[in-house]
Amino acid sequence: MGEVIVVTSGKGGVGKTTTSANIGTGLASAGFSVVLVDTDIGLRNLDVVMGLENRIVYDLVDVTSENCRLKQALIKDKRFPNLHLLPAAQTKDKTAVSPEQMKALAEELKKEFDYAIIDCPAGIEQGFRNAIAGADRAVVVCTPEVSSVRDADRIIGLLEAADLKNPKLIINRIRPQMVKRGDMMDIDDILDILAIDLIGVVPEDESIVISTNRGEPCVMDKNSKAGEAYRRITKRIQGEEVPLMNLEVPEGLMDKLKKLIGLR
Amino acid sequence: MLEFISRILGKETASSKSLAKERLRLVLVHDRASISPAMLNRLREDLVQVISNYMEIDESALEFNLCQDERDVALVANIPVIKMKRDYAAKC
Repeated sequence: MGEVIVVTSGKGGVGKTTTSANIGTGLASAGFSVVLVDTDIGLRNLDVVMGLENRIVYDLVDVTSENCRLKQALIKDKRFPNLHLLPAAQTKDKTAVSPEQMKALAEELKKEFDYAIIDCPAGIEQGFRNAIAGADRAVVVCTPEVSSVRDADRIIGLLEAADLKNPKLIINRIRPQMVKRGDMMDIDDILDILAIDLIGVVPEDESIVISTNRGEPCVMDKNSKAGEAYRRITKRIQGEEVPLMNLEVPEGLMDKLKKLIGLR
Repeated sequence: MLEFISRILGKETASSKSLAKERLRLVLVHDRASISPAMLNRLREDLVQVISNYMEIDESALEFNLCQDERDVALVANIPVIKMKRDYAAKC
């Protein structure tokens, strides 16, 4: 029996889709059978992030409304035969699917796959309720900004109210230079406020933009810092204990000078 | 200019992160309790009115806040009493 993990955040643009793509690809590269489900009906994007946009025939709404069988809608990944995508519909809206249908779908997916990763839309309305309906676990993505942390807090409350206990936090797009300067909240600040367990920290990284341009998740890029962060997150999802990445900024000339004249 | 120099030397002026954290802390207390500042104000007025039936209180020194600890929220009021009302004791 597989496991359904929803990736959510409340606020848009914090990296839910990128996170879903990378976790899914990471788990598949570790040998698990994985399905990625895009529940952002009307604003689908997981297909382009995965580079599979040209292969879509059927979508999520076709499956839930029984226009086609699940197997027909699943798109096989280019890189891993054990990785699949169930794309969202682009021409319908969030009300085209109900939480009950999503629950039934999740049960079906659990029989076929080791992991189903659900990419949740932004917001707290029906799209969110659909996405979390069949989930066993939740991962909350937030960036070190007040708006994102506030929305994450609201989402954590809603997840707990929906009996999805102990959601895990990913802090995304952290900029070690700004943290060091005191101009960005650090890991402890955010954990202090949200009071949930951390499952990973992903640094701001240009390689995300480049890999998204190519349609290839950066978790496979050995030289990418964000990719390394996602590889560690993938291991933690499997239950392994992995230390956090070292995000310390190397000591610059100015720091050494400051130390020398006793300002630090 | 002075700010620029102190910045180069790393003498922190109030960092924007502590500002962010403090503002978040405040806004989340209200978010979590699903209570708006306006509603909190009405509650405060009602509370003062009820207590005033029994004792004379110092409204200017009254502290009234939602406090938060982990994910729990508590309503904490510190109400200085000036004197008890005598007529209340007589009524009982």
